[in-house]
Amino acid sequence: MRKLSLLGLLGLVIRRDLLLAMRRRADVLTTLIFFVMVVSLFPLGVGPEMDMLRKMASGVVWVAALLASMLSLPRMFSADYADGTLEQMMLAPQSLSVLVLGKIVAHWMLSGLPLALIAPVLGLQFDMSVPALWALVLALLLGTPVLSMIGAIGAALTLGLRGGGVLVSLLVLPLCIPVLIFGAGAVEAVNSGMSAVSNLSLLGAFMLFALVFTPFVAAQALRISME
Amino acid sequence: MQVQGANGSGKTTLLRTLCGFVRPVQGSVHWCGQDIGEWDDDFHAGMCYLGHLNAIKDELSALENLQMSAGLAGYTLSERQVVAALRRMGLQRREHLPVRVLSQGQRRRVALARLLVGDAPLWILDEPLTALDVGAVGLMQELIGEHLSKGGMAIFTTHQPLQVAGVETRQLTLS
Amino acid sequence: MAINWFKYSAPSTFYGLAGKLIPFFAWPAAILFVIGLYIGFFVAPTDAVQSEAYRIIFLHVPASILSMFIYLIMAGYAALGLIFNTRLSSMMAQALAPTGALFAFVSLWSGALWGKPMWGAWWVWDARLTSELILLFLYLGYIALQASIEDPRRADRASALLAIVGSVNVPIIYFSVKWWNTLHQGSTIKFTGTSMHIAMQQAMFAVLAACWLYAIAVTLARVRSIILERERNTQWVSELREMKQ
Repeated sequence: MRKLSLLGLLGLVIRRDLLLAMRRRADVLTTLIFFVMVVSLFPLGVGPEMDMLRKMASGVVWVAALLASMLSLPRMFSADYADGTLEQMMLAPQSLSVLVLGKIVAHWMLSGLPLALIAPVLGLQFDMSVPALWALVLALLLGTPVLSMIGAIGAALTLGLRGGGVLVSLLVLPLCIPVLIFGAGAVEAVNSGMSAVSNLSLLGAFMLFALVFTPFVAAQALRISME
Repeated sequence: MQVQGANGSGKTTLLRTLCGFVRPVQGSVHWCGQDIGEWDDDFHAGMCYLGHLNAIKDELSALENLQMSAGLAGYTLSERQVVAALRRMGLQRREHLPVRVLSQGQRRRVALARLLVGDAPLWILDEPLTALDVGAVGLMQELIGEHLSKGGMAIFTTHQPLQVAGVETRQLTLS
Repeated sequence: MAINWFKYSAPSTFYGLAGKLIPFFAWPAAILFVIGLYIGFFVAPTDAVQSEAYRIIFLHVPASILSMFIYLIMAGYAALGLIFNTRLSSMMAQALAPTGALFAFVSLWSGALWGKPMWGAWWVWDARLTSELILLFLYLGYIALQASIEDPRRADRASALLAIVGSVNVPIIYFSVKWWNTLHQGSTIKFTGTSMHIAMQQAMFAVLAACWLYAIAVTLARVRSIILERERNTQWVSELREMKQ
């Protein structure tokens, strides 16, 4: 028997969640398809004028990404809660925060990362320029982890509640507004000929700030929910 | 120690309090003379809890399940150790099947195999015998007996009388 | 003079104390409302730029101030309850939430009424208005979470954590909305209040004080019913005079 280091534990949790998701691929795909659908619905709603579409592209993609990540949030802990694995995690001799961080990272790799990778294709539907597409992808790469991290707190607080899915969106969406503003702002800055660096670095700052606090807070939330 | 009592008498709550999930409204839980709230994670390293739920994943095989749960508890296991434990629980040649296709009793056996691969001195088992057949109940008696004779402790709830050979057990009846 | 504050942190003693205190807050609140609104509507002079429509600020500004302060106080009580495991502070946090949400709503409503004659639109994406809306969302989330958890202990602790996370986020949200607003500079008319007339100040402060007193009175009344609801099975509740009737 060999002891696991904290990093090894983190890797194990991520590997485990990815493995589970790979054996149940439909869940990951539905989130992605939802994202693509919502973005594609907007031109049908507001009309096909390219000028207008180009202007609203970043906002539409960001709002859709926000909704798509809300959709996948309740799944973050619910399966482990239902089959008792979460109890075992809380009894694990390591800090629960590390386990939670692992689950957050895995959740992001399954929800945020695919969204960021497919976003350029959707951006082309809106006739976005190449620099704007780059800004969009970078902003999504920096911003979606924050959504997963804040979302983890909401998911942990609403664990096992009736109607938890809607409730979690109600709790988390207002807290995600800064990410939306600066994420969409990055693309807009590029469109108006400015540099997106300030927006992107603010998003990066949010991510670091959230990285320090949210795993701990989400772990506390889990403890509260499991009592 | 065997905890008995009617349905709803608080057996599960007692065990969950002992594990530290629930903070007691009155009184305190001590382990080696120290309140478990003040213990760091060392308290949890010395115990193995098995609840009503099996804590195994349908999508994973028995082997993967045990390796993962050992990982969550902070240690790694070789395949040989896991296979030996599963064989002891009567699950030979089923190590690589997804747990989804196993029966309820076999899943419970997978969960119980966790006790064998760890070296925790304290076992807290909530209804370990549910869904087990006569042979497996006998095996459990044997395992608990071995554990106790090695100086371990076991606290478990059950509705069936469980005779642990050679060691005296205490009974606690809740009402 | 040593007062035993902890004596009143027990719900059973606080219940009686709160009952006695309510009139001392409720009556001054009512009187100050009347005074403040009288000065505001009849004494204060008509504004040069905004004519009569500006008078709505006598309600709007105090409501906005209160909605923000109450969120912080609520988060403070929630944190106390979470850290020290005191039941009463959690109940206070729960009792404050609806009042805070009410003030946020009043502030938005009166802001819209003021915006129509001033800005020509019921709703303008002004930084302050938008943050007030988000604040209302935060209140609603808190109330929804509290309401959907049946076990009161878990409900208290979960919503307390949410309130704390929210209060850390409030400044971030506020500054991002402000930044966002300056980027999309619209047709915002800045309320450049030159030196305020003395009667306007008096009216504003009277209504502000009235709102504070009202909030305290209503919260105390609400916390009394929360105490009764939670402790309905205890002996001291069954011995209350109002229970025996």
